[in-house]
Amino acid sequence: MASLIDLANPTRFMRYSAVLLPWVAGIAGVLLVVGFYLAWFVAPADYQQGETIRIMFVHVPAAWLAMMFYTMMTLSALGTLVWRHPLADVAQKAAAPIGAAFALICLLTGAFWGKPMWGTYWVWDARLTSMLVLLLIYLGIMALWRTLDEPSQAGRAVAILTLVGFVNVPIIKFSVDWWNTLHQPASVLRLDGPTIHASMLWPLLILAVGFTGLALVLHLVAMRAEIMRRRVRTLTILEAERLDRLSAESAPA
Amino acid sequence: MSDLGPHAGFILASYAAVTVVLGGLILSILLDHRAQTRALAELEQRGIGRRSDRSRS
Repeated sequence: MASLIDLANPTRFMRYSAVLLPWVAGIAGVLLVVGFYLAWFVAPADYQQGETIRIMFVHVPAAWLAMMFYTMMTLSALGTLVWRHPLADVAQKAAAPIGAAFALICLLTGAFWGKPMWGTYWVWDARLTSMLVLLLIYLGIMALWRTLDEPSQAGRAVAILTLVGFVNVPIIKFSVDWWNTLHQPASVLRLDGPTIHASMLWPLLILAVGFTGLALVLHLVAMRAEIMRRRVRTLTILEAERLDRLSAESAPA
Repeated sequence: MSDLGPHAGFILASYAAVTVVLGGLILSILLDHRAQTRALAELEQRGIGRRSDRSRS
């Protein structure tokens, strides 16, 4: 446990993340280039959906990442509330805009895929609505961070909201099984294995890993920025207090 | 890549949305990182730090 706390030291995080960043960025870049090549130039058109299947290669990784980042934020929320982990609320704050962006991409690409296949951009079915709720929770969390100046106080409030909001993640995942929805059931993450042909599955998986790498790079950079923002805040307050003391001492009695 | 067919507009719109949203996210995170790096460097250049504060007080 002591070693975990040592690793969570912000100074160590800054040092290790600086070493890690170029490697993760490089691997993510290669995977994205290979994945998009396979998705656009090798994978065939779907026998039913035709060329619109190309939308799947960005829509599905975005949906996975939107849920993955929220799950990661929930673990960070536990870290904040239970263990008061030094980097937990930094990780949580940095993750929210990234998760929100992927939720937005999922909704937009889903709408552009839905119109030609379903005949509508939007329908209030369980899968689409629960994903919209996820985006709204992300936006609520980002807004709550901005309402409280003190980072540790804001961190605890956001952690509680995040834990409550996690109930939506399994609802998103199982909505297509629990209710009759226009959205198709899961075709990759299934107990009986994927139902997608390998020529489409491989580009999808490679792109999913590539997008995950990109998201992790953005998360690390955003965490580094947040750590620096807190240092700037602390140093500015200390300097203001020092100047206050100096002016009080030099004031005539 | 073959002809995108009758739904080309929807496919291209999807990829445009990904480009705009991810591009905006990447840009905002990089700009924020740069702004915080500069702010911290500026404070350190002015000799403002926890250790310097302790030594001065």
